[in-house]
Amino acid sequence: MLTQSEPHYRQPLLRTPFHERARAASQLDSFVPWAGYTTVDVYTSVEQEYFAIRNSSSLFDLSPMIKYRIAGPDALRFLNRMVTRDVSRAGPGRVTYTVWCDDEGGLIDDGTVFCIAPNEYRLCTGERQLDWFRASALGFDVQIREITEEVAALAVQGPTTARLLKAAGLAGFERLKPFEHGEFALPGAGGRQLPMMVSRTGFTGDLGYELWMQPQDAEAVWDALLAAGSTRAVRPIGSRALNIARIEAGFVLPNYDFVSAAGTLYLGTERSPIELGLEFVLDFKKGHFTGRRALLAEVARGPRRQLVGLDVEGTKPAHHALLYADRRGRTQVGSVSSATWSPTCKRNLALAMMDASHIATGSTVWADIYLNRELVWERRRMRARVVPRPFFAPERRRATPPADF
Amino acid sequence: MISSAPARYDSIVVGAGHNGLVCAAYLARGGRRVLVLEAAERLGGAAVTREFAPGFRVSACAHLLHLMPATLMRDLRLAEQGLELAHTGLDTVALAPDGEHLSLGPQNPAGLAQASDADGAALEDWHAQLERFARALHPVLTRTPPRLGTEAWRDQLALLDLGWRLRRLGRRDMRELLRIGGMSIHDVLEERFSLPLLKGALALDAVLGTNYGPRSPGTVFALLYRAAAAQGAQALMLPRGGLGALSEALAQAARAAGAEIRTRSPVAHISVHADHVTGVVLASGEEIGAASVVSSADPKTTFLKLLGVEHLDAGFVRRVTQVRSRGLAAKLHLALDRLPQFPGLTEQALGARLLVAPSTDYIERAYNHAKYDEFSRAPILEVTIPTLADPGLAPAGKHVMSVIVQYAPYKLAGGWQPAQRQAFTDGVIETLGAYAPQLRAVIHSAELLTPTDIEQEFRITGGHWHHAELALDQFLMVRPVPGAAQYQAPLPGLFLCGAGSHPGGGVMGLAGRNAARQVISAAA
Repeated sequence: MLTQSEPHYRQPLLRTPFHERARAASQLDSFVPWAGYTTVDVYTSVEQEYFAIRNSSSLFDLSPMIKYRIAGPDALRFLNRMVTRDVSRAGPGRVTYTVWCDDEGGLIDDGTVFCIAPNEYRLCTGERQLDWFRASALGFDVQIREITEEVAALAVQGPTTARLLKAAGLAGFERLKPFEHGEFALPGAGGRQLPMMVSRTGFTGDLGYELWMQPQDAEAVWDALLAAGSTRAVRPIGSRALNIARIEAGFVLPNYDFVSAAGTLYLGTERSPIELGLEFVLDFKKGHFTGRRALLAEVARGPRRQLVGLDVEGTKPAHHALLYADRRGRTQVGSVSSATWSPTCKRNLALAMMDASHIATGSTVWADIYLNRELVWERRRMRARVVPRPFFAPERRRATPPADF
Repeated sequence: MISSAPARYDSIVVGAGHNGLVCAAYLARGGRRVLVLEAAERLGGAAVTREFAPGFRVSACAHLLHLMPATLMRDLRLAEQGLELAHTGLDTVALAPDGEHLSLGPQNPAGLAQASDADGAALEDWHAQLERFARALHPVLTRTPPRLGTEAWRDQLALLDLGWRLRRLGRRDMRELLRIGGMSIHDVLEERFSLPLLKGALALDAVLGTNYGPRSPGTVFALLYRAAAAQGAQALMLPRGGLGALSEALAQAARAAGAEIRTRSPVAHISVHADHVTGVVLASGEEIGAASVVSSADPKTTFLKLLGVEHLDAGFVRRVTQVRSRGLAAKLHLALDRLPQFPGLTEQALGARLLVAPSTDYIERAYNHAKYDEFSRAPILEVTIPTLADPGLAPAGKHVMSVIVQYAPYKLAGGWQPAQRQAFTDGVIETLGAYAPQLRAVIHSAELLTPTDIEQEFRITGGHWHHAELALDQFLMVRPVPGAAQYQAPLPGLFLCGAGSHPGGGVMGLAGRNAARQVISAAA
């Protein structure tokens, strides 16, 4: 049987297990809703927080990530029919990044599938999708239960995170390669062991880990990490700093770079994984999965448009910029979905959905950028070049054992 | 579980019901190597004649032939294949509790009472208008439904044609068709007629074989559909030897064209290799290869049991599971020691199609029970006594009564236990007893088929004689579900040809014929 989480109407926004700590650390008291929870978008300043991700260690409260436990005799068959990747290739201790689509190949969402044991999985994703999972479970002997509230999650990301976790007393986790997970324990105050699952996963494109623990241990873990990192510039970060890092890493974000095909209202606004440049998660050899036939047809036909990386002239982020084939702006060929100045690359980056005519690396387009100079708006048409993604992919993200800074 | 048996046949047809046989015959006539696999010992599916009491035989599910187009019967030369008709023009008689029965047929062979002046004129109007609608709509049933939202000229043309047909009805008729198309039959009959018996009989045709009562919206649609389907056929007919004789003739036509037919060969599953259907595996384990598989089984059986959800997209599977496919019609067979007297009816009139539905309120009350998973205490009935035209179905001097009974829910509260079956049977006999007081005395034995029995015997999920309810949300390009409404399944090499596909069941054969055309054009 499928069950649903506790109803969310009891309070307008739920508080995560880290809420009290986050509120204490917040200087701006700037909270935003995320999946029904109130979460921090900036603690102190976006720049400071961003540099914690790239130069030291950052803590990001990941608890609102929607988590499902998927188990039963048909759990693997169910998952392999629903998601685009072959989950059978990742046994216990492994994590698979994948997407799932509707019948027409429209992307519903992406997420990570943790194999806990044979035919027992945990799926983490941005939005609730029990309805789609239930439809996908028809004919399979599988139980799906939302466990979001049963698991607190903290992302620890940055080049010194391995050092930080070691300093905090976590032992053995260094063996984890990217997309692996295991069970560990962190010594908390008073010598109490705090059991947790640690996965080498993240949304920053950097070295980093995600810690999955019981909600009642959340504050002790937070305290232990900040204590261990007191001389290491460890810092809680909000979603805005994370967003810069994820654009540098070239990751797509629902409702920014695409709208879930389960939620689009207008015809033609759904996007396929091919259009989002996620062909690498499509495994056409594993057997049938939902959307496979539509996606194969799209491969044969060639996508009409595709998400590309852009390097934009100047320093002003090209937020929501319309893109033109010509400087005079007669032919629109795309629009920017995510944009940022990249402090690490020292480049003005953007992700843009572009017509097939201009997706080749090196293509030049023109971006309309609106500048606000003391309330005087100006329009600049800046040259933008299609460049490969990810924009930033340091070797340290993959090195195992991780660098010990 | 990959089958790589070489393709010995061009097409395997799953199920030797009338649609499967029609499809096989047309495929074989088109030069294809065809094998028909039937799970049961007997072919014919729900168009079958079998013994139900020693010496008494009956058309066990469908009991009248009135929808199969004459063109189809000519195409397949069914007369040459041995089909004889015992009766080619049954009258329809609405039974009245007071004996003032009403003949609804234009011929009125038995000289019964007919509708009064005002009602009579209205009836003539109604029949004429239905006839015009049916003529306009019938061609739609003979073709593959267009797909919506494509740019293919074939789909656009088919939609244009449908629009043109409606437009050509003229302003008055087109408006009336669009006005009443979604209405309840009760409301429309109230506008036109006054005699309750007449309204009841007319309403019965709108609700027979549906999950609706006369006050349900959409029942006019069901009636229009039935009228459009009947447009290609000549009249209400009885094959000599029952509906099974029709199936035998269809099988002969298929064999004559080169098709092979195997009975007692239940298909366990449809084999798939590299996302293409490659044949079937029988329950015996035997693998048979074919370039395509054409299933006349209902959509749920075909997709969820024989094929398996793993080969289908999740949204499609959800649509298939949501198809409304629960039957609400039961069948009662009575073996009679002699012909019962129906006061007010001559023996000749008894050979008609007799309706028990004295008013629309009566039908609605019968339907009320079904809404709450109970059976009707005073049900509506469609009665035939086929032995009057075809004495060979029973021992000399004895008779068979075949009754379609509504409403009998598939999911009866508490289930169809022996006590419920007895109570329901008694209710039917008691209802009939109001018109034939000595009926009980002449009953030799009885057999009841509830929708659950129909599900079991004829392998129809839900026991619905159309496989899927015929309604606005399950017709034409959404029948059985979008993505499989053009007879072709989402999986290459798999086709549907049963009643669950356009234009539905009712011993019409058009689903089989349309599907065969589609199979042949897909291979071209």
